Amino acid sequence: MKRLTLFLVVLLGAYLVWTTQDLPDWGDPASPANSYLSTHYIKKAYEETSVPNLVTAVLADYRGYDTMFETVVVFCAGLAVLTILRRTKRKHKKNVKFRPQREGVDIILQNAARLMIAPMQLFALYVIAHGHHSPGGGFQGGVILGASFILLALAYDLKSTLRRFKENTVLFYSGLGVLIYAGIGVISLVLGGNFLAYAAWGGLLGISEVEAHSYGMLGVEIGVAFTVMAIMFSLYLDLASGGDLDEGL
Amino acid sequence: MNLYGSLLWQFDLLIIPMVIICAIAALTIRDLLSATVVFGAYSFLMCLLWTEMLAVDVAFTEAAVGAGVSTILMVATALHIKRKSKD
Repeated sequence: MKRLTLFLVVLLGAYLVWTTQDLPDWGDPASPANSYLSTHYIKKAYEETSVPNLVTAVLADYRGYDTMFETVVVFCAGLAVLTILRRTKRKHKKNVKFRPQREGVDIILQNAARLMIAPMQLFALYVIAHGHHSPGGGFQGGVILGASFILLALAYDLKSTLRRFKENTVLFYSGLGVLIYAGIGVISLVLGGNFLAYAAWGGLLGISEVEAHSYGMLGVEIGVAFTVMAIMFSLYLDLASGGDLDEGL
Repeated sequence: MNLYGSLLWQFDLLIIPMVIICAIAALTIRDLLSATVVFGAYSFLMCLLWTEMLAVDVAFTEAAVGAGVSTILMVATALHIKRKSKD
C-alpha cells in the first residue's frame, strides 16, 4: 500500500512539473494575467488613487472588500482559537497537564529584548504609515507590532506582559480594527459613495477625490494593523500558556 | 517555466535546491521542535526567492508572518504536545 501511494505521489508530482511548461514565462507581458485588468491598474492606479505602491492600491482600494473580509478571517481565526483553548475557572477546572519549565533569568535575553522592542515598534508604525508608498502595510506592520509584544512575553514572563497589555485590551483592539475598516466603508456610504469608495471622503476632509483614496487606504491599513496585532498576540497568549494565561514558554 | 528568464538565475539555482531540501527535511524530521525550526528556514528561503522575483510585498509578509510569528506559534504548540511524531 505504501509503495502504491509513493508511486501515485511521484506520478502526480511529475505530471504537475510537466504541466508547468504550459504556464506563461516569468514577467511575460503577453500572459493572461498581465494583459487584461492589470494593464488598467498599472497605467491608471497612480492617477486614480495617488498611491505609488500598486500592490497597496489594488489590495486596499480596488479590492477593498477582499481585504476587509481577510481581516475578518484573521479576527474569526483568533476568536476560534480563543474559544477552543482559553480556560477560565468557570469553564475548565482541570489544569494544563504539561508545561515547559523556565530555568532562571536570562539577563542577556532580557537586555537584548529591551533594546530591540522599541525600534521594532517604531519600525512597525513606519511600515503601517508608509504602506502606500513602500512595501508593507497593515498586515506586515501589525504582525511586527504583535511580534514585539510576543518578544516581551518570551524574554520576561507572561504575567508582567499581561500587566502592560491586558487580555481585555487585546480583544478590544482586535474588534476595533475590523470596526475601523468597516466604519470607513459605512461612512463613505453615508457620504454618498459606494461601500469603501474613498472618493466620497474628499468633501468631508477638504481634499481632492484622488487624495481621499490615499487617506482612505491609510485609515483602512490602520484598522487592519490593529486587528492583526491584537490577534497575533492573542494567539501567542493562548497557545503558549495552554489557555490559562498563567505562564508562557 | 523559464528559469533563465528571471533576474538572477544563479541565485535561483542556489535557493531552489535549498528550499526543496528544507521542505523534505521539515516533513521527515521526527522531532517537532527541529521540524519547526527547519520550517522557519524554509519560510525565510521562500522570502529570498520572492524578493528575487521582485514581489517585495509578498516577501515582506512571508518574512514577518512565515519566518517570524508562525514559527513562534508552532514552537509554542510543539512544546505543549508530545515532541516526537509517530510517522
